[in-house]
Amino acid sequence: MNTLKAKKRNEAFGRFITFLCAILVIIVTFSLVIFIASKGLTIFLKDGVSPIEFLTSTKWRTEADPPQVGALTFIIGSLVVSVLGIVISAPVSISSAIFMVDIAPAWGQKLLQPVIELFVGIPSVVYGWIGLSVLVPFIRNNVGGLGFSVLAGGLVLAVMMFPTIASVAADALRAIPEELNEASLALGATRWQTIRRILLPAATPGILTAIILGLARGLGEALAVQMVIGNAMNIPSSLLDPVHTMTSIITMEMGNTAMNTLPNDALWSIALLLLTISFIFILIIRAIGKKEAYK
Amino acid sequence: MKNSRKKWSTLLVAVMLMAALVVLSACSGGEGTATPSNDTSTTNDASTTSDSDTSADDSADDGAPADDLSGTVTASGSTAMQPLVEAAAAKFMELHPNVTVTVQGGGSGTGLTQVSEGAVDIGNSDVFAEEKLDADKAKELVDHQVIAQGFTAIANKDVGVDNLTKQQLKDIFLGKITNWKDVGGKDQAIVVVNRPTSSGTRATFVKVAFDGEEPIEGNTLTEDSNGTVLKTVAETPGAISYLGLAYLDDSVAALKLDGVEPTVDNIVAGTYPIWSWGHMYTKGEPTGAVKAFLDFMATDDVAEIARSKNYIAGSDAEKLK
Repeated sequence: MNTLKAKKRNEAFGRFITFLCAILVIIVTFSLVIFIASKGLTIFLKDGVSPIEFLTSTKWRTEADPPQVGALTFIIGSLVVSVLGIVISAPVSISSAIFMVDIAPAWGQKLLQPVIELFVGIPSVVYGWIGLSVLVPFIRNNVGGLGFSVLAGGLVLAVMMFPTIASVAADALRAIPEELNEASLALGATRWQTIRRILLPAATPGILTAIILGLARGLGEALAVQMVIGNAMNIPSSLLDPVHTMTSIITMEMGNTAMNTLPNDALWSIALLLLTISFIFILIIRAIGKKEAYK
Repeated sequence: MKNSRKKWSTLLVAVMLMAALVVLSACSGGEGTATPSNDTSTTNDASTTSDSDTSADDSADDGAPADDLSGTVTASGSTAMQPLVEAAAAKFMELHPNVTVTVQGGGSGTGLTQVSEGAVDIGNSDVFAEEKLDADKAKELVDHQVIAQGFTAIANKDVGVDNLTKQQLKDIFLGKITNWKDVGGKDQAIVVVNRPTSSGTRATFVKVAFDGEEPIEGNTLTEDSNGTVLKTVAETPGAISYLGLAYLDDSVAALKLDGVEPTVDNIVAGTYPIWSWGHMYTKGEPTGAVKAFLDFMATDDVAEIARSKNYIAGSDAEKLK
């Protein structure tokens, strides 16, 4: 009798704790979203900045009178640098995942897994510092321009996206049932044909998810990118031009501006825009998840 | 498949967390970087304020640790002022062992926000509160101009120029002169390195050196701290920028302005014009330990520390008024 009571109490206690934690996380998430939204909408609701101007103008002079709040330069900068990162990183990361899962599962896995974990563990400031000390002078001396460039930002991001894309893509490949692989081989397909025609198509939703997660990683990265892109108020016309990103303008100006003033609120609007983009990514991933190629 | 569906939902949770992280990292990443960014700014006329006059009672403090002054003083804000204020705080705590002075950075905007909200006793700012805060909030703050700092134009060491006229300096930053050979240097394109538009250092240069005109945008670099400005100018051929004197080292060439070297002595003598006040704001008139600390900032003890760190304080600062 007693033990039964104790068991029941334990049961209730466990449920209570997990429930509490779940609620806490939900509350924190919602508070974050509400806070950022209320801060980010201030310049539109209170100061009468037009959202169209915010999204389409390239004039960013928040301390001028009248203030000019155009974030297009940063939006384009963020997109260009992140997309370049993906273009460089995705083929390498996905190939690594294929190698690790399908080509050399034994030693490939043993070798690559720790490498991926190591990549995750390196703080972004270290990536940025290496980029600034090695990559920027290298580009300046061997490719041209000032070194601070879209190219430098894209390369640094490519390295930072690698563990995200590789590990999610590897999970997707691992989730494919062994029977598919065996059936293909039994039909006489070579290993490469099997990978290209059977496994990759079957894992496409997972791989797309991996790429979108990598893109999100890139758009959200502030420090490492800021250190190597030169932060110029400039729409880039070549890979060697310096650019500015949404995250770098926030980190650059947040300490210099006072809370509850337009220059500060304008930075919150950019934060809100980043949050919105993340939400869109989540929606896309959800949609992809529903349309799994193989069930 | 059930299995993979489960997988997706796990993934979704991960994505949600990541979304939160994306936003958080945008903020927290900044905490680290944005701090060293702002330096002083604006105006050479000291007329506006206020009770920064050197108070005489410091003589009583000297060598008398057993005093009855106690309490805590918190200050935050300008990272340009931070090294000097920290050093002064250490000295002050030696003299008054019962007082704890905490000095933090965060940037001028942060300092002004926090002092205005009452979160700290003193908000350090490189610029006047009116330029950052709403007028009615700025009105509640009392300005103490006890320290000043100088600024200098700096260039990459290999450009072959060590002196610019004020007109040349302005023309370079406004994009009218684009090659060092036009100002007597090598045939080398000029790379302009700016601070962000909200930076106090930039504001000082715009006001004093560029006659109120904003530097060109476009293919120019922007760096947000004195440290990254130094590194960028030192390593980028043809680079030019500006810097707080306290941060100057010999990795770059400090440019003379109209033949005058940028030194504390020349600023105090009135021959070098690019400097500005470091403001220490309190909400209302200070009392107790806060007042004692602000009075101490104006003493020659601090002036000595200031000189060793290339700031201007104490009787030197008095001469600028």
